[in-house]
Amino acid sequence: MNSSQLLGFATFAYLAASILYIGIFVFRAKKLGVAAALLLTLGFLFNTGGIILRWVESYQQGIGHAPMSNMYESLIFFAWCIAIFYLFLEFKFKNRLIGAFAVPFAFLSMALASLKDPDITPLVPALQSNWLIAHVVTCFVGYAAFAVAAGMGIMYLVRSASLEGGKEKNPAGLLATLPGLKMIDDITHKTIVFGFLWLSGGIITGAIWANSAWGTYWSWDPKETWSLITWFVYAGALHARFTKGWGGKRIAWLAIIGFVAVMFTYYGVNYLLSGLHSYGGG
Amino acid sequence: MQKNKNEVWAFFASVKLALFTFFILAAASVIGTVIPQGKEMQFYIEVFGPGTAKLFQLLNVPDMYNSWWFVSLLVLFSINLIVCTIDRFPNIWRLVTMDNLALDIGRILKMPRHQTFHSDLPAAEVALAVEGMSTAWKFDKADRDGAILLAAQKGPWTRLGVIAVHLSILVIFIGAIIGSLLGFKGSVMIREGGSAKQIYLYDAGNTPVPLDFEVRCDRFELQRYDTGTPKAYISDLVVIDGGQEILKKTITVNDPLKYKGLTFYQSSYQPLDDAYAIEIENQTTAASKKFYMGRGSAVEWKEEGLKFRITDRMGPYGMGVYRHKLLFNDNSQKPVEFWAEEGKMYIVERPEADYIFSLRPLFFTGLQVAKDPGVWWVYIGCGMMLLGLYVAFFLSHRKVWIYLAEEESGSRLHLSGTSNKNKIGFDNDFSALMELLERNDSLKLKRE
Ligand code: HEM
Repeated sequence: MNSSQLLGFATFAYLAASILYIGIFVFRAKKLGVAAALLLTLGFLFNTGGIILRWVESYQQGIGHAPMSNMYESLIFFAWCIAIFYLFLEFKFKNRLIGAFAVPFAFLSMALASLKDPDITPLVPALQSNWLIAHVVTCFVGYAAFAVAAGMGIMYLVRSASLEGGKEKNPAGLLATLPGLKMIDDITHKTIVFGFLWLSGGIITGAIWANSAWGTYWSWDPKETWSLITWFVYAGALHARFTKGWGGKRIAWLAIIGFVAVMFTYYGVNYLLSGLHSYGGG
Repeated sequence: MQKNKNEVWAFFASVKLALFTFFILAAASVIGTVIPQGKEMQFYIEVFGPGTAKLFQLLNVPDMYNSWWFVSLLVLFSINLIVCTIDRFPNIWRLVTMDNLALDIGRILKMPRHQTFHSDLPAAEVALAVEGMSTAWKFDKADRDGAILLAAQKGPWTRLGVIAVHLSILVIFIGAIIGSLLGFKGSVMIREGGSAKQIYLYDAGNTPVPLDFEVRCDRFELQRYDTGTPKAYISDLVVIDGGQEILKKTITVNDPLKYKGLTFYQSSYQPLDDAYAIEIENQTTAASKKFYMGRGSAVEWKEEGLKFRITDRMGPYGMGVYRHKLLFNDNSQKPVEFWAEEGKMYIVERPEADYIFSLRPLFFTGLQVAKDPGVWWVYIGCGMMLLGLYVAFFLSHRKVWIYLAEEESGSRLHLSGTSNKNKIGFDNDFSALMELLERNDSLKLKRE
């Protein structure tokens, strides 16, 4: 048994869980709920085991380091964060319908990872810092929350399309089974708030790390700048809500736009722009 | 005039302006990530054409984040933040320090959460018993028109979380300004065995800045993994101040040397052309010495009566390693000649003693040097921000009141409460208090 196999199992478990969660939603098959949650949990355990085993394997190869140093490893960790964050939400809100809008992100992240080179590579000197772990963990907890918030945003838009003047267009229809708009809106907001705290932490730990490695806590490198842009988008969403009472569709759209900015920060920057963070490429 | 002033004030205090600045700052920041920064003018002319390049120059796009207009946006953002904070502070402070016992009874009874009870005891006795209960709530008491009002609260200070977040941004800006006014960034290359008394700024002219001390590099080592990728850059640095060796530190990337407000970061290296460090030790007496030498030149270790010289070189072999031919001589015998690979140890047997011998190429260590007296402000601001965000998002100001009015037989108890956010958390808190009161037999409460 090696980490790649475990992570492969995790990918399949996430895929199966995604299908079941979507099935719960589309076929109103509530009975699938327990199976979906179990599969997701199983995937999460494989994912956890895979990360730990990869960590151990890196030490066996004499190049020991936390498995968070390249795009492959960060995608695996991203999926892990999404899974645990969603499981927490399901537990807290006792609602499995939101799974259809959150769990597929975990699968997609694993699927993207499987396109990357899984070789464990040694750390170049700049990455040999405990701040690497602090930085990656804080960023990805935030990203995972934003992924779920975007899922909730999509869910909100889908749900509100089924309403007309506050009434169900088709009370027997599929969309009428989704949670109420107010609840979706509330979860979206809380999730953004949670993500914002972690994104702030991610930017700060990154700045401290840069300062300990290069003596510059902020150098406007494209990845830094894009994380700041993302931060502004969410700060805007939060303020519009606190002070102007924005909610509903507008916040739903902002949750989606914010996540596009997150994805660009995380993924797009590496391929489309150049900078200090280019280790993430490949 | 007064009206005018208010309008200006209101403009700068408005959240609309904040939303606008968020948007503009975000949009403007994109430009600098798409258009490469800090290139020569020629680059922009080639890529974007002369007309656009001219416009870029006018708007300082090549150094966009330091341009007058981007900095102006940040200034606008700061003014907005300051004015908004000043504008809202009195209100927030009033909520923090408010006397909850002075609140209008009508409003207290209509709080979002409330429950009425009947007790067989007179109001004064119930009040005493409630005060004597050990709960997380600490009640204060007042007489209100013959009735008794008890009030308790948790976390009034949490309302200051928002202010901490907003101020933290200003603290970070202050740190950045201090850094840019009083600090500098530069670099210096020091040859192993050499030392530096000045550094060179990262400006157009690479202006030298003299140091009032000296930094010596005793050793530079480049470690590689088996695959050949760099594993570590290591420099042994010594600070010499007033003729004394004050401080020694082995630095690596991520672990710099600090002295007198300056920080020396390991950032790069460069091989010297055909120059080598030779370390040699007498195996019997353990006497040892390090020599720096080039090809062809001869060095002498007088105490041991040794002379040696590099006469030839072969290579490079895998990963850029050379072999060097050495001529080794002492006074007694005819010289020996042998090939030594860089980085390997050799034992040279001589009649008087055996010598452990090694040779490696010499490097310049590349140090980035920064002085940033503002960095602590930045760090304090960052800490303030995280703390403030936590308080603003997850803690709330919760208040409860107990209003006790006499009735014909006993008294009537109104429990009410409110919280500025996290209603669900407060509901639990409120229910717990309600249960505690009901369970307390000495109060003899019945729900109405
Ligand atoms: C990017 C910078 C900013 C950040 C990170 C930030 C953060 C926050 C946070 C965390 C809250 C707390 C909301 C709550 O839970 O009560 C808040 C509220 C608020 N912010 Fe900002 N803020 C920023 C910039 C600004 C600016 C420039 C203004 C200027 C007008 C502003 C005005 C406000 C107002 C009026 C509130 C509501 C305060 C209240 O509820 O009493 N913020 N902000």
